[in-house]
Amino acid sequence: MKPPFSVIFLTTLIGVGQGLFLALYTGQLYSFFDLLPAQDSRSFYATGSIIALVFLGAGLFASFFHLGHPERAWRSAAMWRTSWLSREVIVLPAFIGTVFLYGVAHWFNFNAPMIELSGSHQVDITLILGAAGTFLSFALFISTGMIYACLRFMQEWHTPLTPINFTLFGGASGFLLASVFAAMAAPQLTGFYAGWAIILTALAFISRSASLWRNSRIKPKSSLSTAIGIKHPNIVQISQGSMGGSFNTRAFFHGKSAAFIRTIKPGFIVLTFILPLILLVPGLSSPKLLVAAFVIQYAGLLAERWFFFAEANHPQNLYYQKVA
Amino acid sequence: MSSTPLHDPIGVTPADAKLEMRTTTCYMCACRCGIRVHLRDGEVRYIDGNPNHPLNNGVICAKGSSGIMKQYSPARLTQPLLRKKGAERGAGDFEPISWEQTFSILAERLQKIRSTDPKKFALFTGRDQMQALTGLFARQFGTPNYAAHGGFCSVNMAAGMIYTIGGSFWEFGGPDLERAKLFIMIGTAEDHHSNPLKIAISKFKRDGGRFISINPVRTGYSAIADEWVPIKPGTDGALMLALIHELIAMGLYDREFLARYTNAGELVNLDAEHDEFGMFVRSEVPKEEGCFDPQNKLWWDRISDKPVITHAEGADPYLFGEFKLSDGTPVKPSFQLLQERVKDYTPDWAAKITGIPAETIHRLAYEMGITARDQKVVLPIAWTDSWGKEHETVTGNPVAFHAMRGLAAHSNGFHTIRSLAILMSMLGTIDRPGGFRHKAPFPRPIPPCAKTPNTHRAVQPDTPLDGMPLGWPADPDDLFVDDEGKPVRIDKAFSWEHPLSVHGLMHNVITNAWRGDPYKIDTLLIFMANMGWNSTMNTVEVRKMLNDKEENGEYKIPFLVVCDAFESEMTSFADLILPDTTYLERHDVMSMLDRPISEFDGPVDAIRVPIFPPKGECKPFQEVLIELGSRLKLPAFSNQDGSRKFRDYPDFIINYETAPGSGIGFLSGYRGKGGEKSMVGEPNPRQLEMYEANNCVYHHELPQSYQYMRNWNKGYLEWSQRNRITRYADPIQLHIYSEVLQTFRLAAQGKGLTRKPPKHLKQRVETFFDPLPFYYEPLETQITDLHKYPLAAITQRPMAMYHSWDSQNAWLRQIHTHNYLMVNTVTAKEAGIADGGWMWIESPWGKVRCMCRHSESVEPGTVWTWNAIGKSAGAWNLLPSANESQLGFLLNHVISEELPVKTGGTTSNSDPITGQAAWFDVRVRIYPAEAGEPEQTSPQFEPLKPYPGTKPYFGKWLAYFAGGKKK
Amino acid sequence: MTQLALVIDLNVCVGCHACVTSCKEWNTSGPAGPLSDSDPYGANPSGTFFNRVQTFEVGTFPNTATVHFPKSCLHCEEPPCVPVCPTGASYKRKEDGIVLVDYDKCIGCEYCSWACPYGAREIDAKQKVMKKCTLCVDRIYSTTLPEADRRPSCVMACPTSARLFGDVHDPESVVSKAIRESAGYALMPEWGTQPANHYLPRRKTTMTIHEDELMRVDNPLKIDGKLPKPSKQQPTLDDSTSW
Ligand SMILES: Nc1nc2c(c(=O)[nH]1)N[C@H]1C(S)=C(S)[C@@H](COP(=O)(O)OP(=O)(O)OC[C@H]3O[C@@H](n4cnc5c(=O)[nH]c(N)nc54)[C@H](O)[C@@H]3O)O[C@H]1N2
Ligand SMILES: Nc1nc2c(c(=O)[nH]1)N[C@H]1C(S)=C(S)[C@@H](COP(=O)(O)OP(=O)(O)OC[C@H]3O[C@@H](n4cnc5c(=O)[nH]c(N)nc54)[C@H](O)[C@@H]3O)O[C@H]1N2
Ligand code: SF4
Ligand code: SF4
Ligand code: SF4
Ligand code: SF4
Ligand code: SF4
Ligand SMILES: [Mo]
Repeated sequence: MKPPFSVIFLTTLIGVGQGLFLALYTGQLYSFFDLLPAQDSRSFYATGSIIALVFLGAGLFASFFHLGHPERAWRSAAMWRTSWLSREVIVLPAFIGTVFLYGVAHWFNFNAPMIELSGSHQVDITLILGAAGTFLSFALFISTGMIYACLRFMQEWHTPLTPINFTLFGGASGFLLASVFAAMAAPQLTGFYAGWAIILTALAFISRSASLWRNSRIKPKSSLSTAIGIKHPNIVQISQGSMGGSFNTRAFFHGKSAAFIRTIKPGFIVLTFILPLILLVPGLSSPKLLVAAFVIQYAGLLAERWFFFAEANHPQNLYYQKVA
Repeated sequence: MSSTPLHDPIGVTPADAKLEMRTTTCYMCACRCGIRVHLRDGEVRYIDGNPNHPLNNGVICAKGSSGIMKQYSPARLTQPLLRKKGAERGAGDFEPISWEQTFSILAERLQKIRSTDPKKFALFTGRDQMQALTGLFARQFGTPNYAAHGGFCSVNMAAGMIYTIGGSFWEFGGPDLERAKLFIMIGTAEDHHSNPLKIAISKFKRDGGRFISINPVRTGYSAIADEWVPIKPGTDGALMLALIHELIAMGLYDREFLARYTNAGELVNLDAEHDEFGMFVRSEVPKEEGCFDPQNKLWWDRISDKPVITHAEGADPYLFGEFKLSDGTPVKPSFQLLQERVKDYTPDWAAKITGIPAETIHRLAYEMGITARDQKVVLPIAWTDSWGKEHETVTGNPVAFHAMRGLAAHSNGFHTIRSLAILMSMLGTIDRPGGFRHKAPFPRPIPPCAKTPNTHRAVQPDTPLDGMPLGWPADPDDLFVDDEGKPVRIDKAFSWEHPLSVHGLMHNVITNAWRGDPYKIDTLLIFMANMGWNSTMNTVEVRKMLNDKEENGEYKIPFLVVCDAFESEMTSFADLILPDTTYLERHDVMSMLDRPISEFDGPVDAIRVPIFPPKGECKPFQEVLIELGSRLKLPAFSNQDGSRKFRDYPDFIINYETAPGSGIGFLSGYRGKGGEKSMVGEPNPRQLEMYEANNCVYHHELPQSYQYMRNWNKGYLEWSQRNRITRYADPIQLHIYSEVLQTFRLAAQGKGLTRKPPKHLKQRVETFFDPLPFYYEPLETQITDLHKYPLAAITQRPMAMYHSWDSQNAWLRQIHTHNYLMVNTVTAKEAGIADGGWMWIESPWGKVRCMCRHSESVEPGTVWTWNAIGKSAGAWNLLPSANESQLGFLLNHVISEELPVKTGGTTSNSDPITGQAAWFDVRVRIYPAEAGEPEQTSPQFEPLKPYPGTKPYFGKWLAYFAGGKKK
Repeated sequence: MTQLALVIDLNVCVGCHACVTSCKEWNTSGPAGPLSDSDPYGANPSGTFFNRVQTFEVGTFPNTATVHFPKSCLHCEEPPCVPVCPTGASYKRKEDGIVLVDYDKCIGCEYCSWACPYGAREIDAKQKVMKKCTLCVDRIYSTTLPEADRRPSCVMACPTSARLFGDVHDPESVVSKAIRESAGYALMPEWGTQPANHYLPRRKTTMTIHEDELMRVDNPLKIDGKLPKPSKQQPTLDDSTSW
């Protein structure tokens, strides 16, 4: 596939936003159960939500560049019964809205208890909104992942690893960002977030490695033989019917050399996983290193997402091999 | 959000649109299908095939469906253009002038030429179909220098077959696939009969027919053949002769057919001392001399064992043996001579030459012979033959052939094609069901009657030419040469160099005129031919010749007029450009006097009618000729008092008669005052309307009994005589043995009463004018170092592109945007050339850098590419960056129009008999381009600029929507 | 239930591209149009087409088959392109199984094209909506065209009648018969898309020659006495008188 930049930014940016939100809410839960010191509603949770919203908004903004007719984007909620894209389109704004409300609630300190739990634990609106946000965040990870995973013949994508990866990447980058944020807004939490970032990055590394390993062993189900219905081991395309290129040659081929692919793969592994992990351990005490780790990991994610698309071999490509 | 669609997928847009439909005839190619032009609010919305048209029955092709984009071509010329004073030819600096200025420039110049030396005006026309008019104009002008594209196209096919069976493939006849069981297609990629052939092949295959294709390349039609027989280019003659060998050896020929309908049983004089050596012995001098084959030859009768006049009641000739006439003359039936000729042409011999395994050749011969013999088609159609014998049925041997330029475009093509025609005759398949069928006005006598003048004295100032500019020589006395035997025509057609060049040698006109050999000319008028590019060999040099000047600064070809509809490469060299209309803007005639669109079952002719007014100041070339003819007061175009005779072309079509009161005109249908007559009849003022009301065609279906065996069908021949299609109604025996060729050979041997060739051409004429076919390597191959240039390079027609016409067509050019050299994978790998890699192809004459495509469907000794896809930068108003010029290439740069002669000088790179351009004889070598070479084809030329009046299209988008209302 | 479809006979398709440009020509001026082209007269011209003809080589020289292969939307019975479309712009008509795009709803997200394994959908790069073969729905149900013309443009154009059109659910239709009788098959069956369009394979006619067909009593060589006849002067048994 040709990696669409708008989608690369969309998925990575909202991933960060989702992850950051999850980090905030995790932090809030921890402190709810007194496992972490409580933080200021406005300067930490509300500000954190704003940062998450910035990422989510940027992602949403990027997504419009993918559409031929953004002015009709509203129509895309119609088919939620069948279309993961439609579901994403519904969940994303719902999630953004929830994060917004979560931020607002924190900003205005809407901490009137709503549910009284045993002891001094009072559940306020922010906790409920946070729970809803968490649910939506996971729904969004799944929707986004399933957009790709549901395409049966995109064999590289058609695996549970796809939504899992999306979730773990979002989580890792979000928690990493949270650690950066915490280093500035709530230094006590830095270690907590960085620790989770390390765990999530490591998990993502494992699950992405699993999918890389899986994908390297894929036997394409379609071949020129099934594509044109002629059983013969030796079929070569001579012409594809047009020579100046077509949508089919533009949208489904990354157009980069094998050497480029060979570099980008270790490249994103180093950027997304190895360097951040290396930086994170000493980084527990150095905000600068955390910032570097986040920036590097995000760059790695862009490369990873690029590779994610480029690696996927669309069966239609069988019909678009050569011109003459 | 309702699930009902917002967008109506069915409605007519806009809803109140005015819809209209008109019929006319397509001319996106020379096939000339009937089309329906659907208009919406006056704009073309859609063009489809006319279901009521006999040629295409409603189907259409890729080009025909893209006719709309021709109308919108940015390369359309719209004004007459005159080269600016001081501007160089080829630079494309023109100024628009009015038609009045144009006509006065032309008339003045031509008048002067005509009243001094009319041969200094040359008119050559390309892929047009109005030779009836252009030929008439040239003849009336008095110049011998006229021809259409046939000489560089397929004259070998026309001549080889017409000199053998009185008809030919191409537009004159074809395979009867409706009844054939076995179909052998040789050297054909697309051909002129594009749609009808496709319709027929598909039906044939569906009916279970067996289809074999003999071709170095497997594309197009060959792709769906049941068997592909790859052959080395230029070697089909060897294959045909081996097949003949095998058919004779196995007795797999139709003896009855050969005996009665061919000259196989006729006795040939073998007295080497005799002036008539090698001629048929004749019983008597014919009472009437004319252009027909008098039935006065002898058979050796098997029953009475003595010589008798052919077709004597009850007689049956020996086809083999040697006999002595009572005066002691040794004679043999010509079939015996054929058998002796092919004795050594065994399948094993041919296998080495053609690359086809000997077993395959054996099997092909058996398949043909057995199918012909055992699967006879008998139709209950009674007919009478020329000797009065009544037949209850028409019998056919269902083996059909079709062949085209793969045979024709070689310098040994004439003999190859004669071998094929003989093979077809031996199988008994001529004008019989399931075999080859003629189309009116064929069959014609062998050779046809039309003759050129035979002396330079026929060219006189202010006088129409005394004879046709093109004709069919029957013997050396028919050559168009002067008293010393030198050519009268600029292209040297009908000279001793190319005696049977019945379509002229257009490919040599520019070179000859530039060199002044045989003489200099003044004005060259080129119509509808892109001679500055794809219809020229040796394009780089020819372009220089067009630009070359004498010492005095005058151009070597002083005045060059080009009539074209588009900004072609050729137009840039013009001194004067005449902007023509497109096929949707003019009247045209597919005339019985030229190449009509006849069917097997009878004559058909057709017209084209204007759907739109001419664009800008475009003027149909026909109108230009009529205007000029009137201004020059050429007799056919003027009244006695010198006044103009025809108002315009439609008026001419309706009222012109070949001779006053002849009743023969351009159109054969709806003649007579009220349109009640056909073929012959007075002019009918409503003729064109009547054609239009009848889908623009006139189809005269012959009675069934006239539809077969027309060479010998008394009823048909008399019908054709009565309708002035032929002058004589005598039978047209097939020429297994060609006396016509023998007369030339005799002349070369110094025998007979006819003219003799000049000394330096004696041997050439003697060698090639063999009355029986023989195999020789193409001339160019003979003189090429095959170690250095081991590969044959050929081109073929893409189905979705017509020569150079369609690169301006926004839709078609997306299908063939540029071209590759197709090379067998093994060959390419041996040369170290990658699939898709840049490479050089080089011949002794030139080299071209291009891209390579590996292919498994080409014979390893052959490389090929699509014809005429490559363009010169900027031409056709494509952007100079367009793929056509940057990635596409023209093979013509490595093909030469001349070959060196051992004794010094050059000769045309053509068939020595017919002058057919030998496009497919070139030998090449290939090698990879060096790293670092530009990824661009070579050679490149200075980009052409848009001319005044053309509208180059720089827009990023083209979104055609008829009716103007784009949504 | 009706399922209209094309059946493409590879046995007779010569790769002429008539179906390609006739389709473009009809549809560019119809409800689906215009089908825009970019750089129409410049480098790498590229336009929207509903139908393309490709060429494949099968086997190695000299045992090569050249296959011309036209491809347009296959109007799958289980079209993966439809459920993924978020707007409902892609839909399959209940009445005849034609898969269409509602150009006024389409947001040009390209997702459906990812979901089509056949590459049958093309975005119109100027109008920015997804386009594809409509099975000429505006012809086959047209009220302005004469009855005989209510067939897809490509079908009417095809000179070899390699394109059959009809209802594959009606066992009596030409298309169903063709599929049955000529071993019609679907493309990429592995994805369960159940394309309605089918392809008919190459079918070969061969000829077998029996030895006895080469040696027959009616061989014309016998008539002409080609079988060698010695001259009467040559010695024979008649010359010896020893018996
Ligand atoms: N290498 C190679 N070269 C070949 C061949 C080959 O097989 N290989 N084939 C040869 C053969 S067989 C032929 S016939 C020639 C064909 O060669 P040409 O006769 O040169 O044919 P075209 O390239 O079609 O060019 C004809 C010209 O007609 C113009 N034209 C188109 N429509 C009209 C019209 O309505 N009016 C006027 N006035 N002009 C119009 C076009 O713009 C173009 O400039 O090419 C020959 N060249
Ligand atoms: N679409 C389209 N149709 C056209 C034209 C066009 O440009 N485009 N041009 C028209 C014109 S002017 C003409 S003359 C006709 C020509 O129609 P064709 O005769 O079909 O002409 P070519 O394309 O030159 O095809 C020559 C074929 O012969 C094969 N060949 C070459 N050398 C040999 C050989 O030595 N032996 C054998 N057996 N085969 C050989 C080539 O591989 C090729 O398949 O087409 C006409 N029809
Ligand atoms: S074959 Fe030639 S005449 Fe017929 S539709 Fe095609 S372009 Fe027109
Ligand atoms: S071929 Fe592709 S676009 Fe057409 S219905 Fe099937 S999946 Fe959808
Ligand atoms: S591009 Fe249009 S038709 Fe395709 S999925 Fe998106 S909205 Fe639906
Ligand atoms: S059915 Fe109509 S839309 Fe579909 S490919 Fe054929 S012509 Fe094009
Ligand atoms: S029109 Fe017919 S023969 Fe031509 S490419 Fe299309 S399907 Fe094949
Ligand atoms: Mo030609």
